[in-house]
Amino acid sequence: MNKPIYFDNAATTRCDPRVVEAMLPYFTEKFGNPGSRNHSFGWVAEDAVETARRQVAALLGADRKEVIFTSGATESNNLAIKGAASMYAKAPAGSSGRGHIITAMHEHKAVLDPCKRLQKEGFEVTYLEPPADGVITAEQVAGALRDDTILVTIMWANNEIGTINDVPGIGALCHERGVIFHTDATQWAGKMPVDVNKDNIDLLSMSGHKIYGPKGVGALYVRRRRPRVRLTAIQEGGGQERGMRSGTLNVPGIVGLGAAAALCAEEMEAERERLGAMRRRLETTIIEQLDEVQVNGHPDKRLPHLTNISFGFVEGESLMMACKDIAMSSGSACTSASLEPSYVLKSLGVGDELAHSSLRLSLGRFNTEEEVDFAAGQIVESVRKLRDLSPLYDMHKEGIDITKIEWAAH
Amino acid sequence: MAYSEKVIDHYEHPRNVGTFGTQKEIKERKDIGVGLVGAPECGDVMQLQIKVDPESGKIEDAKFKCFGCGSAIASSSLATEWLKGRTLEEGESIKNTEIVEELSLPPVKIHCSVLAEDAIKAAIEDYRHKNGIEHD
Ligand SMILES: Cc1ncc(COP(=O)(O)O)c(C=O)c1O
Repeated sequence: MNKPIYFDNAATTRCDPRVVEAMLPYFTEKFGNPGSRNHSFGWVAEDAVETARRQVAALLGADRKEVIFTSGATESNNLAIKGAASMYAKAPAGSSGRGHIITAMHEHKAVLDPCKRLQKEGFEVTYLEPPADGVITAEQVAGALRDDTILVTIMWANNEIGTINDVPGIGALCHERGVIFHTDATQWAGKMPVDVNKDNIDLLSMSGHKIYGPKGVGALYVRRRRPRVRLTAIQEGGGQERGMRSGTLNVPGIVGLGAAAALCAEEMEAERERLGAMRRRLETTIIEQLDEVQVNGHPDKRLPHLTNISFGFVEGESLMMACKDIAMSSGSACTSASLEPSYVLKSLGVGDELAHSSLRLSLGRFNTEEEVDFAAGQIVESVRKLRDLSPLYDMHKEGIDITKIEWAAH
Repeated sequence: MAYSEKVIDHYEHPRNVGTFGTQKEIKERKDIGVGLVGAPECGDVMQLQIKVDPESGKIEDAKFKCFGCGSAIASSSLATEWLKGRTLEEGESIKNTEIVEELSLPPVKIHCSVLAEDAIKAAIEDYRHKNGIEHD
């Protein structure tokens, strides 16, 4: 067992060696530009890109013409949200009242920040407040729909807590009301089944490096029929990707994304099963051995491989320091020196203290049961050690309600 | 974030962890002064207790508990080491900058040393208050 153990697969994954293998020739002997129509170098590259497009489309239940390659989910989200807003705007640039957009407070910044930008440009945005379980339902979206709503963007699975929103239901609602529906499926696609038709999706973002593919490549699904979705391009130039995303294609990256998508499709069932069992084992071990522990988000409507756990009466940064053989994320952004608790946990109503002391563990293809047992052991031991040091845990055991103490905040 | 060797040493082997009794017992003991500073929602709470020998007026023992990051734990652990054997006046003269220097705390962690200084002052003040000692 190599240490530190990697349990941060929601941040990024290790590239599968089979993916690397598939990519390598496209750096060297097959280096052509798929835009070169006049010689075999170009044709070989174009073939490879089209194969990858088919592989990604197959993963999503889409037609290959509906797949646009991008540099990752951030770009896919930007293109989908800004591109749709601009295309379906109800008033020209420079005026207000250009249309209404619905999203949620616990979306990724790569959705929230484009929405904020659009607010400055004359659009109105509703940020749905998630319930305590973190799950956005179609009813909640229905309650926010207006006559001038042009776009709904709700992620499929949340990157911090793994909760699953009712994407098929929200999509059905949007189609009924003639509103474009985008979903950021970065944490979902490749891990869980997608059928863009059954799931009523118009636009879907995904990323290579979250599915054992390379970094710097992703895809945007853009529906072509019922309805035909059109986007205003953000990046303009050579007119590649049907004019929606200009720029010479990242052929090795795209080949890698395609190979990664094909492997995910093939191994999805078995992997879901295996990782789900491992995550349950991890959670159970921790919960059985420690008191004052809370798993954040809906108990069942969440990804099989991800868990977010808060530990009462210990502080997050010292917990990370104690768990020094485990690479994972914490719910507190101490690393940026801002000491801001996670806005995702906050939006669910998790208190600042529990948000600060939360850990996100995300399992992946290369993790083993041995690693899970080691990690659970180190976490339990660390929490115990820190609670021995914690004046708050003492007070709790003495029956003192620490929320009733007048703390001198500094 | 990279921690200095001294922070890691205090974090892994904290000195003088503990309390001289439950919150209730401590309140009634005149030979003990307590400083409880910080706030849970800010991510650090320090509890520093000093035991004073009434004869000599010196701090004969000190204990701490800390909810906070590694630097906060190290700062309070170091404070207990430095306090032992000092008079109240000497204890009071400990400056946060000395803690920063000893532990090589980076700028983002200076607040941990400030908190330790506050805890020292609060514990000494509590002892004086309990014993009716006037001090300017
Ligand atoms: C939900 C979600 N959306 C978007 C992104 C951004 O993806 P990328 O790194 O491919 O731009 C991430 C990854 O951090 C994510 O988890």
